[in-house]
Amino acid sequence: MSPAIVLPENFGLLVVCIVVILAAAWVAATYNVMVRLRQQCGESWSGVETELRRRYDLIPNLVEMVRGYAQHEREVLQQVIEARSRAVASTGTPQSQAKDENALIGSLRRLFALSENYPDLKASANFLALQKELSNTEDRIQAARRFYNANVRDLNTRIEVFPSNLIAQVFKFTAREFFEIEEAGSGAAPKVAL
Amino acid sequence: MAVETFHTLIARNKRNTWLLIVLFGMVFVGLGMLIGTAWIGDRRGGMGLAVIAGTVALVLTLASYYGGGAVLLGLSRARRIVKSDDPQLFNVVEELCLAGGLPMPQIYLIDDTAMNAFATGRDPRHATVAITTGLRTRLTRDELTGVIAHELSHVRHYDILFATLIAVMVGVLVMLCDVFLRSRWWGGSRRDSRDRGSQGGAVILVVVAIVLAIITPILAKIIQMAISRQREYLADAGAVELTRNPDGLAHALAKLSDDPEVLEVANRATAPLYIVHPIKKTEERSASIFDTHPPIKDRIARLMSLTT
Repeated sequence: MSPAIVLPENFGLLVVCIVVILAAAWVAATYNVMVRLRQQCGESWSGVETELRRRYDLIPNLVEMVRGYAQHEREVLQQVIEARSRAVASTGTPQSQAKDENALIGSLRRLFALSENYPDLKASANFLALQKELSNTEDRIQAARRFYNANVRDLNTRIEVFPSNLIAQVFKFTAREFFEIEEAGSGAAPKVAL
Repeated sequence: MAVETFHTLIARNKRNTWLLIVLFGMVFVGLGMLIGTAWIGDRRGGMGLAVIAGTVALVLTLASYYGGGAVLLGLSRARRIVKSDDPQLFNVVEELCLAGGLPMPQIYLIDDTAMNAFATGRDPRHATVAITTGLRTRLTRDELTGVIAHELSHVRHYDILFATLIAVMVGVLVMLCDVFLRSRWWGGSRRDSRDRGSQGGAVILVVVAIVLAIITPILAKIIQMAISRQREYLADAGAVELTRNPDGLAHALAKLSDDPEVLEVANRATAPLYIVHPIKKTEERSASIFDTHPPIKDRIARLMSLTT
């Protein structure tokens, strides 16, 4: 007879304790990871807003400059101004904001298409500088958007995969929306290699 | 689980850095003890030199942690530039920092027509990206973006911390071993003539010391090379995450591999830092255990597999 392994008196209790402690540690760790991911989403979203603001700030200059050369194109200029104020005021979900941004990009495209008719405007150094600045801002918006979307992807993955989805449900973590806007590349800000 | 791999990558680099520091200290103390025993001829001398070596190792570690980047930049004769010197380059870097959520690194330029780039520093807040003028002038904007994104991925993954420490420490270790190997011959013969005979036991130690002094740098070198190859692939992948444009980096790598020029300011210690091996000629860039960089053909193939 080989001697049976002698278990401590309250072995069962010990096992239960260890399991509970490990589970609690896992819950805490998962919770913290998700909080960090949510934080990163929020941070990178303000990064996107900073870059969007850069574009908003450039538009009044652009409008004034075009007005100087093409006074009677009131309608298009007015559209740009209105689209800009709608985009500035927009504070909804990323999706509704993207809608306003796309409208703004559309109006900018029309403005640049119109500028083709004014050779003096097109040749002006200030206009070229502004175009460059807009193109650069466009790159920055897209970069900030990529960073935001990467963070959203990480958070959403966590929220959806098992077993961390259990924690997400208990602590009410909700998936965030991606921010998808049109690349203004083709018209709104002519691609200039910066 | 992108976030997991990304954070494990950083954790692994930090752990490797600690491991390196401990290993470095141990090698120093061990070598000090052996060399001291062999040189001075008794155990006390060994201990004495071991303590000195330990202190030196500590100082060197701290110096390479805080000043390693500056040393490497100085060795590469790089000079700092500001935004007004090259607005396009800075636009590219700023855009990529936005895409990676990184603070803006310092930018250095190396005056050399060879095409290459490296990143150094200790963390994203204290990071530097250095590129050669050859690289700057001969790449298109997309290609340049790819290369900078590769370097910023090294920054983001904390590769720069480990690579900078290893470059400085291994460099110093190799240099010290060289000094020892040379001085042994002269010092040894002088002492032998003074008290011949009492050296019986020490002879073994002398042999061990010499063997160690030869093997250590080789080992250190192999470690250094084996580790950095995987990093290059990961930084390439990270670059694509930042730019969403594998073609840019792939074209840049193709151009870099066709460039036969040798980067004069690079040496064996700093070579692993560069995006492509700065010393080897094109035809010699084949795979072997001593390689610091994966073959470029392989890297391009992996990048192209990312395009859909």
